[in-house]
Amino acid sequence: MTKEAKISEYAHPEVLVTTEWLAENLGKVVVVESNEDILLYDTCHIPSAIKLDWHTDLNDKIRRDYLNGEGFAKLMSAKGISREDTIVIYGDKSNWWAAYAFWVFKLFGHENVCLLDGGRLKWVAEGRELSKEVPARPTTNYPVVERHDSKIRAFRDDIAKHTPAPLIDIRSPQEYTGERLHMPDYPNEGAARGGHIPSAKNVPWGKLVQEDSTFKPKSELEQLLFVETGFSPNDPFITYCRIGERSSLTWFALKYLLGVKDVRNYDGSWTEWGNLVGVPIAVGEEPGVFA
Amino acid sequence: MKPEQEIAEEFQLTPDAQKLELLLEYSESLPEPPARYGENPHLMERVEECQAPVFIAVEGTAEKVDIFFSAPEEAPTTRGFAAILNRALHGRPAKEILELSDDFPSELGLEKLISPLRVRGMRGMLFRIKRKTKELVSE
Repeated sequence: MTKEAKISEYAHPEVLVTTEWLAENLGKVVVVESNEDILLYDTCHIPSAIKLDWHTDLNDKIRRDYLNGEGFAKLMSAKGISREDTIVIYGDKSNWWAAYAFWVFKLFGHENVCLLDGGRLKWVAEGRELSKEVPARPTTNYPVVERHDSKIRAFRDDIAKHTPAPLIDIRSPQEYTGERLHMPDYPNEGAARGGHIPSAKNVPWGKLVQEDSTFKPKSELEQLLFVETGFSPNDPFITYCRIGERSSLTWFALKYLLGVKDVRNYDGSWTEWGNLVGVPIAVGEEPGVFA
Repeated sequence: MKPEQEIAEEFQLTPDAQKLELLLEYSESLPEPPARYGENPHLMERVEECQAPVFIAVEGTAEKVDIFFSAPEEAPTTRGFAAILNRALHGRPAKEILELSDDFPSELGLEKLISPLRVRGMRGMLFRIKRKTKELVSE
């Protein structure tokens, strides 16, 4: 299957572009690099790309939350992004942080946002042009848009109301079972308890991508997320991980590649749930029952 | 002045706008581990607190402890942390390594610029270096 044929099978093919397409259309879009590693952009990046860091740019400096409408408008304006621009986001780690940034753009209802299929890894592996030059984009007047959380973001109190509808825990099997917090003499992952939210099925994020970091074809994603979990594409879904970054990749796949209408990402994720007083937790390989 | 004090001062005196550049310079200076580790990466220990794969090895004697790191080019922040710890601790007596403040990563003033979560990766490395140094001298 060609790359274009693979993408055209997805429910919303317009949100994913190939490296070939981007190389030919660099001047027509705003390219944004969003990485786990804050220095990676500075070593080199796709020509014309600007850097957007999840930790330092998209988060509120004080609250554990994202920027508000004013903060986002200020950030976009300073980066030289307009409300009408088409944004192509890419990053390291198979696009974890790129998908996270995509999700935040959608919290603010930015219409035209895409991911680069394969992310930074694929672009570099193909020997495509890289640059160290930081583009000087003229500032813009991005409008102040209220952030709309309810459609695509889940909070802790939504979890109990949501179950028994599908919950997908995309962390590693060791994190899911709780084994990971029990290793002796090792600092834990920032949670007081190990395990998972009862009833959540474990589909590690890495299963969704191929070796070259591109998404697997639609039929394989359906097999992993619907057939093997027993969940229906017509159900509402919530995804989570440790802080919500890896799960935004699965959120993206469910919503845009497979066309699930109602998918929310629980960004509080395990660093919140594993610290909450009195909430149910399941340990071991079985999903368990939320009670 | 001790190496760790020199490094902390270097970061503290660098304006915020250039601190990332300084960290990048460190990352470019990280020495490769000896060939025997390159061929047998399982001899090194993975630092789980870092999301990027970084491996450390601690060897030598109580008088002179050698510390080696291996981290990929595509993880320059992790390499930068490793290079800082390498410059601060490599070749020093075990006692001095164990005496280094656990708060050393915070003394660089990077938390505001790169987030506390990322700095935690460096704490993880320091934590493991100290544990492996303790193991080395108790053998």
